[in-house]
Amino acid sequence: MGLAIGVENLNAWYGPTHTLKDVNLQIPANHATALIGPSGCGKSTFVRCLNRMHETNPTARVEGTVMMGDTDIYKDASPVEIRRRVGMVFQRPNPFPTMSIYDNVVSGLKLNGFRKKAVMDEVVERSLKQAALWDEVKDDLRKKSGASLSGGQQQRLCIARALAVDPEVLLMDEPASALDPVSTSKIEDLIFQLKNQYTIVIVTHNMQQAARVAENTGFFLMGKLVEFDKTHKIFTNPSDKRTEDYITGRFG
Amino acid sequence: MAELQMSPEISAEIRRASRANQATRTGTDHVMTALAVGGTIIVLVPLVAILVYLVYKGASSLNWAFFTQTPKPVGEQGGGMANSILGSAIVLSLASLIGIPVGIAGGVYLAEYGAGTWLGNVIRFVADVLNGVPSIVMGIAGYALVVVHQRHFSAFAGGITLAIMMVPTVTRTTEEMLLTVPNSIREAAYGLGVPRWRTVMSISLRTAAPGIITGCMLAFARVAGETAPLLFTAFGSQFYSKSLNQPIAALPLQIFSYALSPYDEWHRLAWAGALVLITMIMVSVGLVRYVTSRGQLKGGS
Amino acid sequence: MAASMVTVPVPKMESSAAPAVLTPVPSGIRTFLASRGSNKGADGFFGGLMLTCALSIIAIVLLIVWVLVMNSRLSLHTFGFGFFVHSDWNPVSGEFGALPFIFGTLVTSFLALCIAVPLAMCVAIFIMEICPKPLRGTVAFLTELLAAIPSVVYGLWAIFVLVPIVRDQLGPFLTKYFGWTGLFSGSNFGEGILTGSIILSIMILPVISSITREVMSAVPISQKEGVLALGATRWEMVRIAVLRNARIGIVGGIILGLGRALGETMAVTMVIGNNPQISKSLFSPGYTLASVIANEFTEATGDLYLSALIEIGLALFLVTIVVNTIARTLVWAVTRNNAAKAH
Repeated sequence: MGLAIGVENLNAWYGPTHTLKDVNLQIPANHATALIGPSGCGKSTFVRCLNRMHETNPTARVEGTVMMGDTDIYKDASPVEIRRRVGMVFQRPNPFPTMSIYDNVVSGLKLNGFRKKAVMDEVVERSLKQAALWDEVKDDLRKKSGASLSGGQQQRLCIARALAVDPEVLLMDEPASALDPVSTSKIEDLIFQLKNQYTIVIVTHNMQQAARVAENTGFFLMGKLVEFDKTHKIFTNPSDKRTEDYITGRFG
Repeated sequence: MAELQMSPEISAEIRRASRANQATRTGTDHVMTALAVGGTIIVLVPLVAILVYLVYKGASSLNWAFFTQTPKPVGEQGGGMANSILGSAIVLSLASLIGIPVGIAGGVYLAEYGAGTWLGNVIRFVADVLNGVPSIVMGIAGYALVVVHQRHFSAFAGGITLAIMMVPTVTRTTEEMLLTVPNSIREAAYGLGVPRWRTVMSISLRTAAPGIITGCMLAFARVAGETAPLLFTAFGSQFYSKSLNQPIAALPLQIFSYALSPYDEWHRLAWAGALVLITMIMVSVGLVRYVTSRGQLKGGS
Repeated sequence: MAASMVTVPVPKMESSAAPAVLTPVPSGIRTFLASRGSNKGADGFFGGLMLTCALSIIAIVLLIVWVLVMNSRLSLHTFGFGFFVHSDWNPVSGEFGALPFIFGTLVTSFLALCIAVPLAMCVAIFIMEICPKPLRGTVAFLTELLAAIPSVVYGLWAIFVLVPIVRDQLGPFLTKYFGWTGLFSGSNFGEGILTGSIILSIMILPVISSITREVMSAVPISQKEGVLALGATRWEMVRIAVLRNARIGIVGGIILGLGRALGETMAVTMVIGNNPQISKSLFSPGYTLASVIANEFTEATGDLYLSALIEIGLALFLVTIVVNTIARTLVWAVTRNNAAKAH
């Protein structure tokens, strides 16, 4: 089951640029939380701080506390350990081009030293079914490479790959933004199904998507978390004027 | 308005001059084209001539004896270059065993760890400098660094010298190939909690593998034909060598000394040896072309 | 072990229906992954290993410089700078002057450039502008094949094919029509500066041609089309748009060819005659810096002799580094600029 995430006074920098300013947020377990905001507001940076991916940039710096369950992810564990517990799906599908579909799905296991074939077979089937991709690829698991699928299929493959390691939290950074409407709706259905088993945080540009999929929504603007509340409230009766301006399309 | 129009006489004059000028320009264009084509033909002639001549002079001597026997004493017919072929294989294997891993590791550093850093730029510059050092100077270095200490010529010295020559080439091509690996798939690996060393090995290197292998083959082909670095390291021999610590025969060395000798029999062997050497190199270069035209298509962009 | 297979009915999935309720998550995976550790040690070791190998490149160059300088010291102290201006090379009496070799290297390199540069330009222009597209790859490949032929094979061919040609056909032709220049006097045995220059030119041509092609292709198409739209002929377009834009890079390519020529050893050694004399005639035998090292190194008796040869190696090393660095900077500057302009 998923974990709750507690963020306290989170600040982040890329070199000299102060990208996140004093973010405080409680993300509930086993729910889907959407993060919205205009381009460059820091929502992607925020999500990348949750699995310490922000640090892969050599000029990056972070201050503050992020608690996942009862683990302070910056003090109690290494980046590698955290990332094994937190799955991530990126904006553009990025399956491993030299690996088959099967190997792509279990890459999180294999590359971390897992060897038991029987378990991996089961994991592949489970993850691909969770990602609603199983029927389309079940005959070509080892024959086709991950990169030979269509864009929508590749993204579902990446979702399967992220689910295969049984994460406690699933982060999705605009997972459908590069996809066509049919694939997008398939992925939204997925998130809807998965959200009771995992804690999902989804960054999106698409307010309708947030409304369809998430129970809670946070609005980011210029590095600050402006408002965080039930999705329904954010979109019908926001407390902050800036939120209202964004929702009604005055900017962004 | 009338003053602004040109008189018919002047217009005609201009037209006549520009037609003449046009003729010159077109003529020049044709001459230059002919020169370019002619120049290309002149360049390709020696290439074809050398290859054809090699086959013509060398193919007839490629018999079983050539590949299995060592050189016979002066004056006797027959014999072969088996020891040189084996010696080259040994020295090149030694060079590859040392040069390729070090070179790939250097390339990994430049692409994955040191990209954009000051140290990375220095190393890249120095690698290019090393690539431009004349091979005879490499031979002196190999002599001074290994032979002088061991007090004798050896296959080991030759192998090390050739390895040093392979490293910068392999490093630069490995770096170039690793830089073509999109950062998004590295991120995918990091996101799964794969440690950095494993990401480099199983993702970056694996994806760039066809190109890296190409680079290694090119480096190999380049040192396979080198003579100068071996002149005072491996030194050459008329016999099989029993250990890596002895002088050893090598194909280019043997071709060199046979070519300069006054004996026709040895000249014949030199041609055959040159044919074998060139075939080996051409096969490597050809393989490289084949791999690059196919390898990158495996798995899409 | 006899396997008794139990078939479990797999729920059929309709395309728009939600995925079926799934088997409980194997939490064994979570515990497995949690046991894998932070890999900090392995990462540190691996990164350190890569760094060490990369640093070894710097170490190698420093070692080479050090070893060359240390072993030249004797000769440097004995002869000083005069080493490079004296023309007596006499191992017996201990007189070592490198001027004949400098002369030989410079003359052969210069002549080789004179032959190779125009031809390389012809090939480059042909491939880039004239050659029909399907043939382009083949012709380019063939010129690159020239670069793959080892030096010793060039030398072998030169001894048995080029030398007779120079002796019996080219030589008399040149004496007859160009003897008035004074460059073709004296006896012609086939081996000499001219033959060395010719084989050298064949060997440096691929480098010059491929760099020229590289900088020519960096010229933005908009430049070429602009000139053509004004009514230029193809040659004029090449001259005005391509060559003028790329000329710095082409100069870089030529200098790179020079660097290659300065250090080339085997083929030249085999046909240049190996006689340390300075003469005006191109038919006379000569000696280059690289050749004297190749020929006399293993026979060198005495520390001074060896030291003198190594000093020649040091000089060759330094000169080629300088030349190659200049060349690379020029080429890099051009391809970078034009790539930026093209966007």
